[in-house]
Amino acid sequence: MSARIVHIASNTFREAVRDRVLYNLIAFALLLSGAAILVGQISIDIERLVVINLGLTAVSMFGMVIAIFIGIGLVSKEIEKRTLYTVLSRPVRRWEFIVGKFFGLAGTLAVNTFFMAIGVFAALLYVSHHFQKADGWVLVALYFIVLQFFIITALALLFSSFSSPLLSAVFAFSLFVIGSFAEDLRGFAGMTHGITRWLATGAAYLVPNFSALNVISSVAHQQAVSGQLILYNTAYALIYATMALSGAVVVFEHRNLK
Amino acid sequence: MKASRQITVIFSILLIACLMGSVLLLRRLDQVRTGATLEEVLYISSPQALKRMSLGYEGLLADMYWTRAVQYFGGKHHEGARHYDLLGPLLEITTTLDPHLIVAYEYGSNFLAPPPPNGAGMPRRAIELDEYGIRNNPNEWRLYYQEGFVYYMELKDYAGAADAFARGARVPNAHPFLRIMAGQMAEHAGDLQMARMMWSTTYQTAQDKSIRANAAAHLRALQVDEDVTNLEALVARYRAKTGHLPASFSDLETAGMLRGVPVDPLGHPYKLMPDGRVEVRVPDDLPFIQKGTPPGYVPPLKPKFLPSD
Repeated sequence: MSARIVHIASNTFREAVRDRVLYNLIAFALLLSGAAILVGQISIDIERLVVINLGLTAVSMFGMVIAIFIGIGLVSKEIEKRTLYTVLSRPVRRWEFIVGKFFGLAGTLAVNTFFMAIGVFAALLYVSHHFQKADGWVLVALYFIVLQFFIITALALLFSSFSSPLLSAVFAFSLFVIGSFAEDLRGFAGMTHGITRWLATGAAYLVPNFSALNVISSVAHQQAVSGQLILYNTAYALIYATMALSGAVVVFEHRNLK
Repeated sequence: MKASRQITVIFSILLIACLMGSVLLLRRLDQVRTGATLEEVLYISSPQALKRMSLGYEGLLADMYWTRAVQYFGGKHHEGARHYDLLGPLLEITTTLDPHLIVAYEYGSNFLAPPPPNGAGMPRRAIELDEYGIRNNPNEWRLYYQEGFVYYMELKDYAGAADAFARGARVPNAHPFLRIMAGQMAEHAGDLQMARMMWSTTYQTAQDKSIRANAAAHLRALQVDEDVTNLEALVARYRAKTGHLPASFSDLETAGMLRGVPVDPLGHPYKLMPDGRVEVRVPDDLPFIQKGTPPGYVPPLKPKFLPSD
């Protein structure tokens, strides 16, 4: 990775921290500790399940919101503040700017997830009093969530490269929702015929498949995640994020910034 | 004081005052609109629709619905309700969202099956819930046990109970009692001993203290039922032998039919009534007893458990 990309990435990370993005950790800690204490009193026998389900869902939702709302402003904010012109007047290529921004936000989300993971395991220890071997699968679920962040960050950047922040947010969020139904979409496509079938199948394969990356429920029940799924999900997320990032680079390269 | 500091102080006080005022007003509003916030409503009754709307986070939603089911049952049970209309749908939604939530089948079945006020009086629905749980978790022996328990205790369907226990006994790592219960069901169906064996298994295997307390209370009740049956049989034998009823248990002792004054599981001596019936001293302390209560006795809405259970 070129030094210029690293600089842009570290600046993006610093900017996110300055924007108090990591403050969400406080809300997360309060939510998780509150739930860990409260659920034992108002429900029966699901303390451990709630800590994992709530913890991982919160990690995912908080991260998605950060990825979308920070991601959509990564390019447009630089244009609005006119700082982009200062950056591009230096020996920085447009693609390096986009890739640097991606790594900066992806890094912010990874750090954020790391601290949240500590919170999840601390809450788990509080309710279970000890760790079990199967708790290791929670790490896999967290890893899949980070992969989801890579995809949504790349998509937010793609939309941000040609659209307004508001529309970019709408597009990115819509794709997140549609991506959660990706498997249903393929099922519906299978029921149609002719050209509709081709179009529907094409659309089903084009949208990101977030459902395969969501193993929260199964790890909550201590079910193992296969090595094959980890491998394929990793490859899929990296390929999809690269594809969206490439799209963002192509659009941004041809964008008239005058 | 600087002007800006003054403004900060004034508006901070205003903020706190308004917050307190809004809380007080909300409390007043709750009093005016009694029960409005606790209205029995399922906004979305379709489990499948909810599953779709959860965007893949159905595990958390299932936990929330399970908590809601527990709170609903607890609230209704506390007020001695005779109808639990939302309990079935809440459990159905919970288990559709998370078919592996074993706790929802185990406890849910316990909530649904017993007659009111101890449960919803829907044993058939409890069986359906257990069957759904077994289809999704065929290796959970507790679900077969739970199903057999409902068949035996609530429906008195001993063939159904034997079948459920037999299926459960074939599950790897099943509790050994399942095989014994399946085998003895045909021979001892309806016996107090059989019921005692089942409640003992529940007591030994349950993790939750309320379930254990319930099992302990049922075991005490079975003991009382057995004691009263035996004591009344002795009284009948005494009457047949002497031609009159005994005035007290001492008469039975003198006749060599009893050793000492019999006591109930709580240590209180049984009472021998003038008409030959045997009663417990404090029936309210022995929930679920079928025998040994005064004529016309109405048990309290909420069963009384011992702190030691």
